Amino acid sequence: MGGLLTGEEWSALRLSFQVAACAALAGLPWAIAVGYLLARASFMGKWVIEVLVNLPLVLPPVVTGYLLLVCLAPRGPLGSLLEAWFGWRIVFTWWGAALASTVMSFPLMVRAARLAFQGVDPRLEMAARGLGAGPLAAFFTISLPLAQRGLIAAWTLGFARGLGEFGATIMVAGNIEGQTRTIPLAIYTLANRPDGGPQSWRLVALSILLACGALIASEFLERKRTAYDVA
Amino acid sequence: MTLLSFACQHQYPSGFQLGVAFQVDCRFTALFGPSGSGKSSILAMIAGFVRPHRGRIVLGDEVLLDTERGVCVPPEKRHVGVVYQDSLLFPHLRVEQNLRYGAKHRRRRRKVDFTRVVEVLEIGPLLRRFSRNLSGGERQRVALGRALLSGPEILLMDEPLASLDAPLKLKILLYLERAIAEWDVPTLYVTHAQAEVHRAAQCVVVIDRGSLVTCGPPGEALSRLRPVSDGAE
Repeated sequence: MGGLLTGEEWSALRLSFQVAACAALAGLPWAIAVGYLLARASFMGKWVIEVLVNLPLVLPPVVTGYLLLVCLAPRGPLGSLLEAWFGWRIVFTWWGAALASTVMSFPLMVRAARLAFQGVDPRLEMAARGLGAGPLAAFFTISLPLAQRGLIAAWTLGFARGLGEFGATIMVAGNIEGQTRTIPLAIYTLANRPDGGPQSWRLVALSILLACGALIASEFLERKRTAYDVA
Repeated sequence: MTLLSFACQHQYPSGFQLGVAFQVDCRFTALFGPSGSGKSSILAMIAGFVRPHRGRIVLGDEVLLDTERGVCVPPEKRHVGVVYQDSLLFPHLRVEQNLRYGAKHRRRRRKVDFTRVVEVLEIGPLLRRFSRNLSGGERQRVALGRALLSGPEILLMDEPLASLDAPLKLKILLYLERAIAEWDVPTLYVTHAQAEVHRAAQCVVVIDRGSLVTCGPPGEALSRLRPVSDGAE
């Protein structure tokens, strides 16, 4: 595989994977919590949460990225705290890229998680409570495993969205070769170079391959029957 | 001693009003009334799934609900076993795990022996199966076993036979009677079918349109009822 790709391409591929996988992983618990809340609870001001969650879907990614940058910059409200307390610097590192991807893929993940929980009969959880399980135990033993397939789909969706993240990433993480230059950023860089044509085509092909792989994987996971479906 | 005393008032968003008070003193009590009369709501209140606007529910010597004093025990802390019309077995767990769910999650005051339940309800061959591969009657036997094994102080049965055909109904009723006799669990049995009530119940509580019509031994209560509604299926 190393012979097929140049060092630069290889690092862009590795970074893309790392960023997208971490972003989807970090977003999943939150997406599960918010998705569950939206699927089950009805409360005043629910629409506020829905709007906030879906905002990154409709805002220009650059705007989301800009807001994140302002908050997380070393002198920003959040960035200064992170630096003072933990010595972390988020912007212009791959952490920044991962965070941007998390925020951008969050609406999709919440949507998928919400659908997954809407597919589980809420009365099963009620039955579990009637048998002595507290609300948390009922969630972890009944709703979560029953929504499992949809939640895996949520992760895959977040991962696929993260692979393609560009606008917010370039704002928060910049475009540093080997550190934050994911495949989309590498394509952008090459396209701006007069001699970058052939090389950018290779990355374009790689992107298409990855996207197809992610789609096939999610389709496969969706169709895969769990033991209790067949047995 | 009174096993259960119930007095609640509740107004549903749909406008339906429920205001019922009764006491349960017998081992097998039927809660009888036409569909939509509020029977299932009463069960949901006893089990703790619905919190009435005003009321008081006492099970044995334990106050489960007292809105005036702000007492409302959450469902998992009420020692109540519910069997639902559609069984509500957990589809991702095998029959055995379904049966053991209550013992795993509740500190039971009343210990019920697993092997004995399996024996009495004759569900041994089903233990490794998932609920989707059970027939309606098997499902209700497993659901009954699951409720029994959670060590309840009262069994609440919400039209457990409604989705079964007549010969099967009788069979399940026999299992139920055996189980009640063996473990001596008081049972409140919701139904709209008079035949089921006549067979097993020692007392009948009759509900219509959210209020109490009458209660007492089945013969008396149901004969008084007939002019109001024939109760036939």
